[in-house]
Amino acid sequence: METIKVIDSLHASLDLALPEVIMALGAMALMMYGVFRGEKSFSAVSWGAFGLIVVTGLSVMDLAANDITVRTIGFSGAFVVEPFSIFLKYLILAGSGAAVLMAMDFMKREKLARFEYPVLVVLATLGMMIMVSANDLISLYMGLELQSLALYVLAAFNRDSLRSTESGLKYFVLGAVSSGLLLYGCSLLYGFTGTTNFDALAKVAAGDLSGSAQMGLIFGITFLLAGLAFKISAVPFHMWTPDVYEGSPTPVVAFFAAAPKIAAMGLFIRVTVGLFPVSEGVEQPWQQIVVFVAIASMVLGAFAAIGQTNIKRLMAYSSIGHMGYALVGLSAGTKEGVDGVLLYMLIYLFTVTGVFVCILAMRRKEGMVEHISDLAGMSQNHKIGAFVLSMLFFSLAGIPPLAGFWGKLFVFLPAIQAGYILLVVIGALASVVSAFYYLRIVKIIYFDEPEGAFQPQPMALRLILAVSAIFTLGLTLFLQVPREWTSFAAGSLF
Amino acid sequence: MRLLGLPPGQDIIPGREGPLIRGERMENMNAFLLEYLPIIIFIGIAAVIGIALVVVPLLIAPSNPDPEKVSTYECGFNAFDDARMRFDVRFYLVSILFIIFDLEVAFLFPWSISLNELGPVGFWSMFVFLGILTIGFVYEWKKGALEWE
Repeated sequence: METIKVIDSLHASLDLALPEVIMALGAMALMMYGVFRGEKSFSAVSWGAFGLIVVTGLSVMDLAANDITVRTIGFSGAFVVEPFSIFLKYLILAGSGAAVLMAMDFMKREKLARFEYPVLVVLATLGMMIMVSANDLISLYMGLELQSLALYVLAAFNRDSLRSTESGLKYFVLGAVSSGLLLYGCSLLYGFTGTTNFDALAKVAAGDLSGSAQMGLIFGITFLLAGLAFKISAVPFHMWTPDVYEGSPTPVVAFFAAAPKIAAMGLFIRVTVGLFPVSEGVEQPWQQIVVFVAIASMVLGAFAAIGQTNIKRLMAYSSIGHMGYALVGLSAGTKEGVDGVLLYMLIYLFTVTGVFVCILAMRRKEGMVEHISDLAGMSQNHKIGAFVLSMLFFSLAGIPPLAGFWGKLFVFLPAIQAGYILLVVIGALASVVSAFYYLRIVKIIYFDEPEGAFQPQPMALRLILAVSAIFTLGLTLFLQVPREWTSFAAGSLF
Repeated sequence: MRLLGLPPGQDIIPGREGPLIRGERMENMNAFLLEYLPIIIFIGIAAVIGIALVVVPLLIAPSNPDPEKVSTYECGFNAFDDARMRFDVRFYLVSILFIIFDLEVAFLFPWSISLNELGPVGFWSMFVFLGILTIGFVYEWKKGALEWE
């Protein structure tokens, strides 16, 4: 069943990485255009970046059509393309495209319309695409840093705001620490196996190892996962999330919430299931780590969000919790588990982008508002918007006919099959607790005294919200379509 | 696994075929961890000495401060101003730019002396790198990062 296609020539390798090459050249061209046209070029560069993301998506589609159904490895083993990475690239590009569109109106109004924003989003996206295609510790680190460095700058994009620069600095310092942990893990893995290539690492790990090598691998994978847990903001490496979410400009947060987490989750899956596959009945050391991180994230995400008054902070804790749920599926270490995680990330991307469109719409004459109490009585003035936002929160809480329920179902089922009953029970209880704060927002929207209408939204935002709403509400009707896709993508890892 | 370039030595148990059994693995692991015992002992002693050096003066050193004793000392005259003064951010900019182009040269040296072995791919790879760097350079130039005033 398992087949690997290895590409030797540089030319064919470049074909394999064509989307990344297009993205890199496009990013540089956009930057040159922007810097020569000056500050007025924000709109043009934004549309250019959106077009670039679409073209890159088409090029990924072209790769997918060119019968890439097995692991195809290029660049002397450093780069891999298979349905798994192609699926994640689609999600990442969708998240980035939405982030570029969402920012246009906001940045102009807040006097932040600098052309660097779309260029940085494109560079971060390029880093993420390399991350999910990494097949070597070196390319893993290169992609991760390309993504992170662009994100640090984005967090501090509103450089005249104290809170934004503070969040950028916090993100940078903590991110550097996590990169250090990750590098330490990489060095241990290399030191005990003598290779940085994932295929070779997997072979060494599957062989009979002496005690010291076994121990070294466990330490290495632990540090590696600690670094990656920081990137997906899983407990106990979540501390940066609320501050960064609160301080950064809202469209940047909308970007942070989806695409980088999808990329880091892809990497998380690859270095766990890909490097140390779970065979019948034998628990791998990384599974204990994933189980602990999942439980801690779900519980903290549920309880810490209760006291929040700022909606962006609340979404930060919500995202911590959701990463915990996604990891529940991974803890099983089976094909069905990875399938569940991919479906969960797909649903999370659509739902959370919709919520952030609604947060961007929280604008009165005097400016942006972001307190939960500002949503009071929204149903009086914006009937459709209030309904959609409530449905999105129901979906995040995991209420049955909506998309979020299916996400949770398909990460819990494989965990039960793998025998992690306690984990699933804790997950279900945490989701009951988190339902409290989601439903409280719905109550504020529908039953509190109205606070006054919000300003109308631009067309692009309404369009994104419509897509998100249709997906969230209607997923039950066409559940089979994404299910087939995710199981095809997950199958290519095993 | 020998083929995969495992480091030689204690990793492979000599004269042993077939998989290790679980108990044996644990024993090996303990023996392996025991090698690190001196480090633990070192950390313990270092911690004890460090804490002692902080705590003992607190307990036994005489402490009677007066304004002259605790004020900033500056070569005989009164301090002019605070030591934490502001730097112009341009100093940092110049130093960062220096590091970037310094590193570029550091990459160029080994590349230039090994060009014989690298072949056309290695040659053009460096030009791609230089091209990307040049784009960054054009950006900072146009942005005015190189102008002092």
